[in-house]
Amino acid sequence: MTHNRLELRHVSKRFGELDVLGDISLTVRPGEFVSILGPSGAGKSTIFKLLTSSLQLDGGEIAFDGAPLRGQRPFAFMPQHDALMPWRRIIDNATLGLEVQGMSRSEARARVQPLFAEFGLDGFEQHYPAQLSGGMRQRAALLRTISQQSSMLLLDEPFGALDALTRAGMQRWLQSMWEHHNWTALLITHDVREAVFLSDRIYVLTARPARVLTEITVPLPRPRRDLASPAASAIEAKLLQTLLNPDQRT
Amino acid sequence: MSKSHPRAFASAFGHIGPALLSVGSLILAWELYAQFSGISPTTLPAPSRVLAQALQHRAALFENTLPTISATLLGFSCSLIAAFVFSVLIDFFKPLRRALFPVFIISQTLPLVAIAPLIVLWFGFGLTPKIMLVALVTFFPMLVALVQGYAATDDDIEALLASMGASRVRIFLLARLPSSLPYFFAGLRISITYAVVGAIFAEYAGAAKGLGIYILNAKNNFRPDLVLAAVLVSATLTLVLFGTTILIQRLAMPWERLGEKARP
Ligand SMILES: Nc1ncnc2c1ncn2[C@@H]1O[C@H](COP(=O)(O)OP(=O)(O)O)[C@@H](O)[C@H]1O
Ligand SMILES: [Mg+2]
Repeated sequence: MTHNRLELRHVSKRFGELDVLGDISLTVRPGEFVSILGPSGAGKSTIFKLLTSSLQLDGGEIAFDGAPLRGQRPFAFMPQHDALMPWRRIIDNATLGLEVQGMSRSEARARVQPLFAEFGLDGFEQHYPAQLSGGMRQRAALLRTISQQSSMLLLDEPFGALDALTRAGMQRWLQSMWEHHNWTALLITHDVREAVFLSDRIYVLTARPARVLTEITVPLPRPRRDLASPAASAIEAKLLQTLLNPDQRT
Repeated sequence: MSKSHPRAFASAFGHIGPALLSVGSLILAWELYAQFSGISPTTLPAPSRVLAQALQHRAALFENTLPTISATLLGFSCSLIAAFVFSVLIDFFKPLRRALFPVFIISQTLPLVAIAPLIVLWFGFGLTPKIMLVALVTFFPMLVALVQGYAATDDDIEALLASMGASRVRIFLLARLPSSLPYFFAGLRISITYAVVGAIFAEYAGAAKGLGIYILNAKNNFRPDLVLAAVLVSATLTLVLFGTTILIQRLAMPWERLGEKARP
């Protein structure tokens, strides 16, 4: 058995009276794409805040590559909204992580520039975020995330704010990017189809206080082309069944 | 792109057209009333007379405008520096806000008519009391604008920077400071008008030269036309400064006006 890149053991978190995370245990192996699927307000974003250390855990532990997580975090985090800085050009938004790490602006630009074509942003380096469409902004935010060259991506509902058509396009695009890069990712979503299409494994959370209701493996072969193949639809149906009837566990 | 220029021009005219019309008709009504009602020009001079007198006394007006401009700009610069320093201190040490704001708020309740002569009494007829008075009236609005601007920073952007390992100072420089720019410029536009009024007020309370003292002398000599000529100059000065802040804002925040344009 390979080692885990990330492991959460019995993690819990409360905000005063509000019990948000009851008992969360999950693992992500290197190169794996894992999704967390759960109702709105379940505490999914809170899990990421614990990982990026903007919140402290109340109970449990988090291990990264087998060692307890402390100090500088090894994650590249993409917040729920694109969080692009309106005053920075796209190229300077994309290099933000490298700049914070101490790299010079010119070196960071040279490093990130070649990625623009692959992200469908060629020619938009000097544009400001306000000049881009929703899908392009999301790709720019993703470019900023992966150019940090961290060991793991944390994506919080990256396509949640997009219209259905753009979202489907972005899911296909991310899926095809996935096949070319050796990324490890944890994705938060409340979109069942998105979870099935993109993931190797899915954790389904209960409503607050969140526990892991079930964990399912998605055995669909890659490359995946069809968002709604019969095999995918069967898994979707099963997931929806679990989400809607959380008491009748399989 | 090529089409947007005439359209921008038309829309700019659409913005200032109504203002030109209302101000124009007001001046016209005033002119007609002063000309034909038989009112004495020492009570209400016609706009044409004000303009003629302004031209005739342009040397004296000019000589008295320069000290007002330097008092305004120097006082405002001091106020900006102080507001920036205090806003940063307050942003990094939150309790300072509760310690300092009451003092600043009280400073804003002091009536200028009382404080201006006192400051002149204490600091003489030179430039110092003018600078102090301009700073007094503009400091707090600028401080509030900056503090509010920092607070308006997008939480997601701060969480993102924190996840990248950015320090508190780094987060301030990369996110909080740029986020405050729209608030800063809104404060700047309001304060610059206060600044001119503050400078004139300080000169009115005692000065060797300046628009304020010019107005006082004209009034004492029963020359409302010259009072109004000085008012005309100060209004022009305020408008020019106001326009300059808008220009600086456009240069400093080129991204701000892009959202309106068509997206690809
Ligand atoms: N810093 C906080 N203080 C208090 N309550 C919070 C805080 N952050 C989140 N919450 C609450 O915790 C619950 C879970 O939030 P979140 O993790 O954002 O949910 P999700 O991402 O699953 O929609 C919500 O009810 C939210 O109001
Ligand atoms: Mg969330």
